[in-house]
Amino acid sequence: MSVLLIAEHNNKEVKPFTFNAISAASQINEDVHVLVIGSNSEEVAKSISQVPNVKKVINVNNPIYENYIAENYTSVIIKLSGNYSHIICSANTFGKNLMPRVAALLDVSQISDITKVISEDTFQRPIYAGNAFATVKSNDKIKCVTIRPTSFDPAPTSGGSAEIQNGDAAEATEISKFIKKEEIKSDRPELGTARVVVSGGRGMQSGENFKLITAVADKLNAAIGASRAAVDAGYITNDHQVGQTGKVVVPDLYIAVGISGAIQHLAGMKESKVIVAINKDGEAPIFSVADYGLEADLFDALPKFLEELNKLNTIQK
Amino acid sequence: MKILVAVKRVIDYNVQIRVKEDNSGVVTDNVKMSTNPPDDNAIEEAVKIKEAGKAKEVVAVSVGEEKAQETVRKALAVGADRGILVKVDGVIEPLAVSKILKKIVEKEKPDLVFMGKQAIDDDCNQTGQMLAALLNWPQATFASKIEVKEKTLEVTREVDEGLETIEVNVPAIVTCDLRLNEPRYASLPNIMKAKKKPIEQISAGDLGVDVKSRIEQIKVEEPPKRKAGIKVASVEELVQKLKNEAKVI
Repeated sequence: MSVLLIAEHNNKEVKPFTFNAISAASQINEDVHVLVIGSNSEEVAKSISQVPNVKKVINVNNPIYENYIAENYTSVIIKLSGNYSHIICSANTFGKNLMPRVAALLDVSQISDITKVISEDTFQRPIYAGNAFATVKSNDKIKCVTIRPTSFDPAPTSGGSAEIQNGDAAEATEISKFIKKEEIKSDRPELGTARVVVSGGRGMQSGENFKLITAVADKLNAAIGASRAAVDAGYITNDHQVGQTGKVVVPDLYIAVGISGAIQHLAGMKESKVIVAINKDGEAPIFSVADYGLEADLFDALPKFLEELNKLNTIQK
Repeated sequence: MKILVAVKRVIDYNVQIRVKEDNSGVVTDNVKMSTNPPDDNAIEEAVKIKEAGKAKEVVAVSVGEEKAQETVRKALAVGADRGILVKVDGVIEPLAVSKILKKIVEKEKPDLVFMGKQAIDDDCNQTGQMLAALLNWPQATFASKIEVKEKTLEVTREVDEGLETIEVNVPAIVTCDLRLNEPRYASLPNIMKAKKKPIEQISAGDLGVDVKSRIEQIKVEEPPKRKAGIKVASVEELVQKLKNEAKVI
């Protein structure tokens, strides 16, 4: 009974959601082994070995793993799977791409995107974009589970000293090839992990007006989000979209400006710790989920909001 | 080239979901149903490739109950040439769906299989990748751009960090993201024409696939309700509350 957790990394650094996944894995079983598949990824293996919840790190190091290709990762995982009761990874684009391929080859019905571990075979997961929660029990011999990173706190990253063992590479795939990755570079925190998110909707009326959002976001060191309506209207690019069809965010503070609160948007942000809504329509559905609602014209309220923030001596970063 | 597109019938994305009182699932009776949104993108892309002269035939397949025929028919109305409905009763897991689709692929021998990246009902995001695994085909998930080349596809994928481009050999599975294209609406003449296009009906049993659930659904609940917040009268009050009460700034 051990858990095999698949690490996400770029051969130099561990991607942060891996630590959330480690937390979830150790709630299932204490014997957590982390698999690092990479090329020159010793540093990654080393930093994971320092996580106290981790009992063993398996480092599979080969130039064929320079870039993440699900077909390649799957072959390595299948070879190791016999020793494990659970195979776990995070339910972001990394894990969503990988785990079903593993599960199908093991003839396992995967449980996706869990938000709670109830027991070693029973989990809670959102369905219908979080409009309902299902409690499900796996009857498969090996359980393939992906975890929603924002539902689990990251595991501590120091104090441990797990054994690092080298593992064997599998045959390289010839059917899929990595070409390139264009990372969106920004000085801002990433939307998915930011502590504060300021989002604008159709009420912004134009892309130009998003500078009001930007100014507040700069002040709060926040990521900038948007509703699908604002994206569809062309005010802002689609990588900012929060909602069922965009990103699901769970910041400490979510500020929704000129967003009415369509079901599809609420699905992406209603788990935020504190929600602020600024909207001139007092009947807008966004107010039903907001902790603090301000019924006001955003073009008056946003400059004033910035002015008030400027008056504060300190602002949490 | 032949493209098989898998489509799923789901509760319409604009419907507010209601959980059944006995917690056995969500209410589906008398609820508006539609094609799973990213499956519309999958059909659109296949039809566009055919219109560009790079594919000869587009076949739409759905796995579901009798009424899923409407979903197949809708795919025919926007340009698919013929349809297949694999009839199953009740809820079926992605693993079983991918086993059924594998049988259909073996029979139809398509070069490409397209489907949405995820269904908006169970939110599993598994079927495409599972089918790729069972066929030992490459998978290109979350596709936002597809370029058909000689014997390969170049696919741009929407990943967390930005955009990734991969090249996969044909035959391949592609799961489509919403930003891949703008699905067209069916015109009235095309809806009429679609009524004459053939839909082959098969039962899952005839394909010899075990569709029994592996996962036990214990209960379905409403999400925890957020407790009602307050309205503040001014921006000053808002900033004070955020600073001193919520302590988030």
